[in-house]
Amino acid sequence: MSLVWLVPLLPLFGFVLNGTLAFTRPQAKTAVSLIGPGVLLAAFGAAIVVVKDLVAAHPAAPAVFTYWDWIPVGTLHVTAALQVDPLSAVMILIVTGVGSLIHIFSVGYMRSDDGYARYFAYLNLFVFFMLVLVLGASFPVMFVGWEGVGLCSYLLIGFWFEVTANADAGKKAFIMNRIGDFGFLAAMFLIFQSTGALDFASVFARAPGAFALGGGTVTAITLFLFLGCAGKSAQIPLYTWLPDAMAGPTPVSALIHAATMVTAGVYLVARTNLLFALAPVSSAVVAGVGALTALFAATIALKQWDIKKVLAYSTVSQLGYMFVGVGTGAYAAGVFHLATHAFFKALLFLGSGSVIHAMHAAYHHTHSHDDAQDMRNMGGLRTYLPWTWALMWIATLAIAGIPPFAGFFSKDEILGAAFARGASQPIWYLFWAFGLVAALLTAFYMTRMMLYTFHGPNRTGDQEREHLHEAPWVMTGPLVVLGILSLAGGALNLPALVGGNAWLERWLEPVTTASASLLPAADVSSGTEWTLIGVAVAIALAGIVGAIQLLKPAALVPARQAPAEAGFGKVLANKWYVDELYDRAVVKPITWLSRVVLWKGIDQGVIDGAGVNGSAAISRALGWVGSKLQTGEVGFYVVLFVLGVALVLRAAIR
Amino acid sequence: MLLGPTLAVAAVLFVIGVAGVLVRRNAIIIFMCVELMLNAVNLTFIAFAQTLGVAGQIFVFFVMAVAAAEAAVGLAIVLAIYRHKDTVDLRNINILKG
Repeated sequence: MSLVWLVPLLPLFGFVLNGTLAFTRPQAKTAVSLIGPGVLLAAFGAAIVVVKDLVAAHPAAPAVFTYWDWIPVGTLHVTAALQVDPLSAVMILIVTGVGSLIHIFSVGYMRSDDGYARYFAYLNLFVFFMLVLVLGASFPVMFVGWEGVGLCSYLLIGFWFEVTANADAGKKAFIMNRIGDFGFLAAMFLIFQSTGALDFASVFARAPGAFALGGGTVTAITLFLFLGCAGKSAQIPLYTWLPDAMAGPTPVSALIHAATMVTAGVYLVARTNLLFALAPVSSAVVAGVGALTALFAATIALKQWDIKKVLAYSTVSQLGYMFVGVGTGAYAAGVFHLATHAFFKALLFLGSGSVIHAMHAAYHHTHSHDDAQDMRNMGGLRTYLPWTWALMWIATLAIAGIPPFAGFFSKDEILGAAFARGASQPIWYLFWAFGLVAALLTAFYMTRMMLYTFHGPNRTGDQEREHLHEAPWVMTGPLVVLGILSLAGGALNLPALVGGNAWLERWLEPVTTASASLLPAADVSSGTEWTLIGVAVAIALAGIVGAIQLLKPAALVPARQAPAEAGFGKVLANKWYVDELYDRAVVKPITWLSRVVLWKGIDQGVIDGAGVNGSAAISRALGWVGSKLQTGEVGFYVVLFVLGVALVLRAAIR
Repeated sequence: MLLGPTLAVAAVLFVIGVAGVLVRRNAIIIFMCVELMLNAVNLTFIAFAQTLGVAGQIFVFFVMAVAAAEAAVGLAIVLAIYRHKDTVDLRNINILKG
């Protein structure tokens, strides 16, 4: 376990090497291909060793490794320390494992890009910060990772910064995240004020004494923390940056904007589960916002044509599910869904990357400028990309919640927990219903995406069609591994109902035990549980069958000839006009304030006018008076001189 | 030597010097008036040296040395001005003004 420092340090090492290569020898692609995924695989190996030690030791308290004093100021004493406990163990395995697969995929996907070394440098740096985030033993160390992943997200969204839209998308993500980071910081200040510590062990040890159950302070702290989570994990009202973040390379979307970084918010709630258990109002807010986001994002995904936008809104929606889980107090279920989602969503994104790769190559051959990501230009790709097609169907069934795929178990567990909580707090029945409707929509829009992409007639174009081909093995290989994980990932946490032993839940028990004593999990009878499962599966099937029945891929036309959307479909295609609403309500007023009041009024008027030019005018007037004294006549000077002497003598002789 | 009359003579000399500097326009005459003031001060030093010690007399030597140097430099400047402008009237030498 003492090797834990190696886990984040290996990707950092990779960042340094790749960063140096990006500056000195950007064409050394073979070296970059070895270093980039190599350090990740090594980190994965180190993570396995660490987790193996943890399994063997199975300590009740987290194993903390302190390296140096970071901020020793007065009573504030922050050390650079990492901690290994069951929760961070799960996270480092996901981050390095799924990360390795995505790095390998990137070798094929980004190989022909000029910024290949720069890309892997950023990607390695991201993994380093993500590992610091999940391994940090205190809020400030975690915050370093939290900010670092935000930085890397910004750098990678704007990776192709020559296009203004991409650079703008990066800035949007960065600014939205700043709003959330303000919440994280405010929460840290409040935590330090009330507990006098910032490391997890001390805070959680003192929390039951420092906070009253449902008290104002702990509610404020948790709500501020959740504001941070809403920014990082793209929840209402701060979700709009994630769909725009699809401007980055597709493997980045898979790694950062689906599997790891956006789940940091869920991790934070699970990490501070004791605080959230002490603040029932905040937990309800978390679950409510999660449920609303799950439903809201799912409706938008129904009408998107960009294959990555569908997946982006799907990610927002699935993150909502995770927050329903952790908000309900089913922390293990939330983390379970985090893990399975990492598998199937990474698979979906990488699959879409494989599709875009093929489309892009085809258009590149014929010098066409059609949109390689628009599903209206695809269709019938099953014959050209058989592996991708089969693997993406596995992921689709997993996300839709069809047994025995991974997503079924995790989603069902979250919905079951929400339903069980409804018995004591009826509002949770509403959250459960939201989740159920979102599940129906999820099955529908995912099937829609698969139908329009892979089935029906091909709409790519007659010349382009000949150039469509399956991706190389370096890209399909990771897809196969993720496919197996999406298929069997549910085995991590098989419920007792079907003869499993809820392995993940028991593994996470040391982390959640303190909050579980405050808020015992509500149980429902096994009969109810079976009914719930039946309802969930029926709804998922209804979504899939409904999509197959209702949608006509054969009737689609390529994007260039497509008619404009009308009616309610237009509202959904335009994402409920939320971006426009934010633009009117926030961006425009701030621009007006900056331009008219702050720039023209305060800067030009007060600071430039009164301040700079005003003082210049005063000194010029004084100088004019002074210059009039310089007559150039010696006699005049002498008179002044004598007068001066007389005055001095008058003052001296008294 | 009588202190009072000596100081009175020195004061009269000094006031004549000041008045000359103030009212005359000829650079050489102003120069001479400045010398007059210096010598008035010298006289004061000598007068006080009778009672207060030899330091006053030492000072007089310094003043004379400096006055000699000043006279040399000052007359050289006046000469240069005269060559340049054909006059030593200070009313015509007023280009250094703001």
